Amino acid sequence: MMNGFNWYKYASPATFYTLAGRLIPWFYGAAAVLCAAGLYIAFFLAPTDFQQSEAYRIIFIHVPAAWMSMFIYIVMAAWAAIGLAFNTRLSFMMASALAPTGAMLTFVSLWTGALWGKPTWGAWWVWDARLTSELILFFLYLGFMALQAAIDDPRRADRAGALIALVGVVNVPIIYFSVKWWNTLHQGASISMTKAPSMAAIMLEGMLVMALAAWMYAIAAALSRVRSIILERERNSQWVAQMMEAEA
Amino acid sequence: MLQIVNVVLRRELILAMRRRGDVLTVLFFFVIVASLFPLGVGPDPKLLRLMGGGVVWVSALLAAMLSLGRLFASDYADGTLEQLILTPTPPVVWITGKILAHWLVSGVPLILVAPILGVQFGLSGEALLVLVVSLLLGTPVLSLIGAIGAALTLGLRGGGVLVSLLVLPLYIPVLIFGAGAVDGAMSGLGAEAHLSLLGSILILAFILTPWAVSAALRISIE
Amino acid sequence: MSWNSWTEFFHMGGYAFYVWGSYAVTAVLIAGEILLLRTHRRKALELVRRTVKYGKVGNNEETA
Repeated sequence: MMNGFNWYKYASPATFYTLAGRLIPWFYGAAAVLCAAGLYIAFFLAPTDFQQSEAYRIIFIHVPAAWMSMFIYIVMAAWAAIGLAFNTRLSFMMASALAPTGAMLTFVSLWTGALWGKPTWGAWWVWDARLTSELILFFLYLGFMALQAAIDDPRRADRAGALIALVGVVNVPIIYFSVKWWNTLHQGASISMTKAPSMAAIMLEGMLVMALAAWMYAIAAALSRVRSIILERERNSQWVAQMMEAEA
Repeated sequence: MLQIVNVVLRRELILAMRRRGDVLTVLFFFVIVASLFPLGVGPDPKLLRLMGGGVVWVSALLAAMLSLGRLFASDYADGTLEQLILTPTPPVVWITGKILAHWLVSGVPLILVAPILGVQFGLSGEALLVLVVSLLLGTPVLSLIGAIGAALTLGLRGGGVLVSLLVLPLYIPVLIFGAGAVDGAMSGLGAEAHLSLLGSILILAFILTPWAVSAALRISIE
Repeated sequence: MSWNSWTEFFHMGGYAFYVWGSYAVTAVLIAGEILLLRTHRRKALELVRRTVKYGKVGNNEETA
């Protein structure tokens, strides 16, 4: 092989299954360590905010979850595109493995957004541009998962899901722009999120560490879900049977 | 190329005219949903005037989505869809024909009826005109994007509900600019910005969606 | 930023409900997802065991 490293080796579910198995504990470990560091920064290093006193500490979960929910959707669409382009089953499996974690993080971001909105803006739900786009992103995730669940044949489910993920990712910027336009037109009394409390360095650091922790967690969760999907899909193949005997 | 679109268009319209009932059900659904809001919200004219554009647009959106199921279903059932895919011409051509036919059957009647509903909500002359123009620009986009959802959920159980879950998030920009146009016209801000954005979404959708629909059909047919 | 006492820490300047509400729900959701992953894996393994024992073991991997 001219580049010496055959990427397609890891495209085969069998080899990827064992590779993922070895990686998962490391990712869970990294997520735990980073999360502990992030929480320490959030609660013990970050100063009290003069405006919102302690309520702003929710930012250390809300913002990383929002970032990750968007990031995971883009990664999901990337896997979908790779799957459609190279016809590798594993890429589709990765896309469907990422969706539930992405949807969960979107819900976390909406929930923490609401709990943060109540003390700061006095309302549980504010039609702020970003919160609204986050809600729409949540619907996109649900659409992807519902479509895949409704189709029995795995081959068609993969490709249909991939297509709706790609159509979705093309629409996400358009939706965000239109919601931002709509929000500025109907700008209510609420202060928008753009004027977040002055971003002391320590706060940004805390959020970045928590975002990294969320990223590690998302990888670990997706890898372990993709392993279960591989088992379900490949249950009839030879290597699964051998693995079972080896284990038994 | 145009000739094929023409043929498919004529075929679809003839089929649609045979079961004219479907066209009317979409229309009645549109009128009923639009007139539910005043019953729910109360007859205060000032409030209704404010809500008018949004309500008409939401009802048009739901009505257009109602008839998406029929877009490919009958052809899928009796196998004409497979034959159409096998023809040498690229599927994008006849797909555009089918979507155009769907728009003529389900979009245009909404545009014709919308002013009457607008008056019911107390919209003034200029706002009514903007409402019609925004619907004229918006409903084709509803058919175009809806076709992707219809193609993906071909032959699935519970397809109707699934189409709405897939397609409604994608309809949101059209709704925002459409209803915003009417709101802009009424508040004197002027609706040019909204209508131009709606127009650009229409062009974007008209170019891109047929390709997505042909990919979706190929996925669903195999 | 030092908290004088644990009680003050949990009081969180009067916003205890909001701050701990969001952190607790996030923790519950993440724990829930890990649990979900574990049951998903167990079900997959059971399905494989049943297939190996009863089903045909061949090369067709795409059986629905």
